[in-house]
Amino acid sequence: MTAAEKKQLAITACKVRMGIVTATHGAKAGHPGGSLSAADLFTYLYFKELNVDPANPKAPDRDRFVLSKGHTAPGLYSALALRGFFPVEDLPTLRHIDSYLQGHPNMNTVPGVDMSTGSLGQGISVAAGMAKAAKLQNKDFRVYTLLGDGEIQEGQVWEACMLAAHYKLDNFCAIVDNNGLQIDGNVADVMSPYPIVDKLEAFGFKVCAIDGHDFDQIEAAMNTARETKGQPTAIVMKTVKGKDVSFMENNAGWHGKAPNDAEHEQAIGELKAILAELEGK
Amino acid sequence: MADVKKIATRDSYGNALAALGAEHENLVVLDADLAGATKTGVFKKAFPERHFDCGIAEANMICVAAGMSTTGLVPFASSFAMFAAGRAFEQVRNSIGYPHLNVKIGATHGGISVGEDGASHQCCEDFALMRTIPGMVVMSPSDDIEAKACVKAAYEHVGPVYMRFGRAACPVFHGEDFQFEIGKGEMISDGTDVAIIATGIMVAEAIEAAKVLAESGISARVINICTIKPLDEEIVLQAARDCGKIITCEEHSVIGGLGEAVCSLLSEKLPTPVKRIGVNDEFGHSGPAAALLKQFGLSADHIVEVAKEFVGK
Repeated sequence: MTAAEKKQLAITACKVRMGIVTATHGAKAGHPGGSLSAADLFTYLYFKELNVDPANPKAPDRDRFVLSKGHTAPGLYSALALRGFFPVEDLPTLRHIDSYLQGHPNMNTVPGVDMSTGSLGQGISVAAGMAKAAKLQNKDFRVYTLLGDGEIQEGQVWEACMLAAHYKLDNFCAIVDNNGLQIDGNVADVMSPYPIVDKLEAFGFKVCAIDGHDFDQIEAAMNTARETKGQPTAIVMKTVKGKDVSFMENNAGWHGKAPNDAEHEQAIGELKAILAELEGK
Repeated sequence: MADVKKIATRDSYGNALAALGAEHENLVVLDADLAGATKTGVFKKAFPERHFDCGIAEANMICVAAGMSTTGLVPFASSFAMFAAGRAFEQVRNSIGYPHLNVKIGATHGGISVGEDGASHQCCEDFALMRTIPGMVVMSPSDDIEAKACVKAAYEHVGPVYMRFGRAACPVFHGEDFQFEIGKGEMISDGTDVAIIATGIMVAEAIEAAKVLAESGISARVINICTIKPLDEEIVLQAARDCGKIITCEEHSVIGGLGEAVCSLLSEKLPTPVKRIGVNDEFGHSGPAAALLKQFGLSADHIVEVAKEFVGK
């Protein structure tokens, strides 16, 4: 991609992060840490990779994205809003009573959400079902799903991996957000999922291990996924939980906690500084 | 009923799928290594390209079916009731029920009549589990004719459906002209002293019991409830008004099934004495289906006994 394109993605990702901070602040709850770690991926998907149309969110031949780690809805919502699926101004209503922005993704209330998720381990199976259905109907849409590195402790994830490889779902791409932290601490200490790459390879996936904050690497992995035939692709991306908000970075405490007013102000200030630098102001 | 034709409703399920599959290209079937037992193998033989074995991974299968349904396919996901409703309960709840997806769950081997496999496979909790999911239609057909009609109605219904079929052959008492509608109960025979409201294989037992009761001068109304949810409230209320006494019969725990659904309705709208015949909060065990049903009181004889004492004749 061109330098200008990369810069534009970085600018958008920064805005996605602002949306995450604003939404969780407005909700006084939610999951900023894992939303921020996946913000670059959300940005790449919705602004570069996915064939989707905000004016026609249910288009039958669109690409699908299933947020298997459903608790990072603030990240998905922020990207969807910026992409034009619904007003950015609605983000602070996250989790409010009667808001359509439910705490976890709801496909029936939020435009652009392809599956209701939240219970870990299920989204990847649903995504595999969509991919299998595409094959059966000779449709060429692709299906992407994002998992947490803690989430892959769920046994069902591996049932889904077995199925995706067995049915040679090369239109299916599973992405693991390896930010290294879950609620109770380091994933390696709580219940180690490592080695993630080796496991996925053993399950029959083409695996790309990348830096999840590097758009060149994300692009290369997505291209590999599209070009790989006869097997599904997994992208294991090393990320920083809480990325770009200094006091949230690499801190498990920010898995499921909202910023208060002062923290919100500081976080937005930090992101504004990043944005200003990117925009060369 | 010795001379009556007997067919297991799991066979009806497989045959109905194959028949519907010929009419509807978007009908797909998923199974979890039990195609021979659930009888989805009948569909597989006819439409191998639309039958997907998901291996011994029921939780995954339920969610894969959910994903397929979002693209316009109508998946029938099949396993034993114990695993479809039990093991995969939370997947059914969150990935099918909550998004209200158009997935049909065909659960075979419901109840104690599973027989020799014993308690681990005798699911007497599925009605209770599935009833609690908002928007879920729960059906338990009584014979071959009704089971086939039920599968067709499930295909035509838009939204999640749970269907329970049995392993053991049971009498076919409906005629080929039987008209089925989701949510509609069926009065099989009229009566005024007591109403026997039954579901699944217990309907044939209730019919038999009513004949025996008639010989003792007891007029028993027999009602077949295939759709446990949404319950046909009017047919139950009318039975309460006309008979004043209700007996419910199901091959399920007395907790959470048809009996409780009837009691809940009546206690709020028309308090009426009810006796519940079902599995009394205990696990089953191995044995021939017929012997087990008798041992657990799921028989015409036991219905007669309960009815006589209840009516006081």
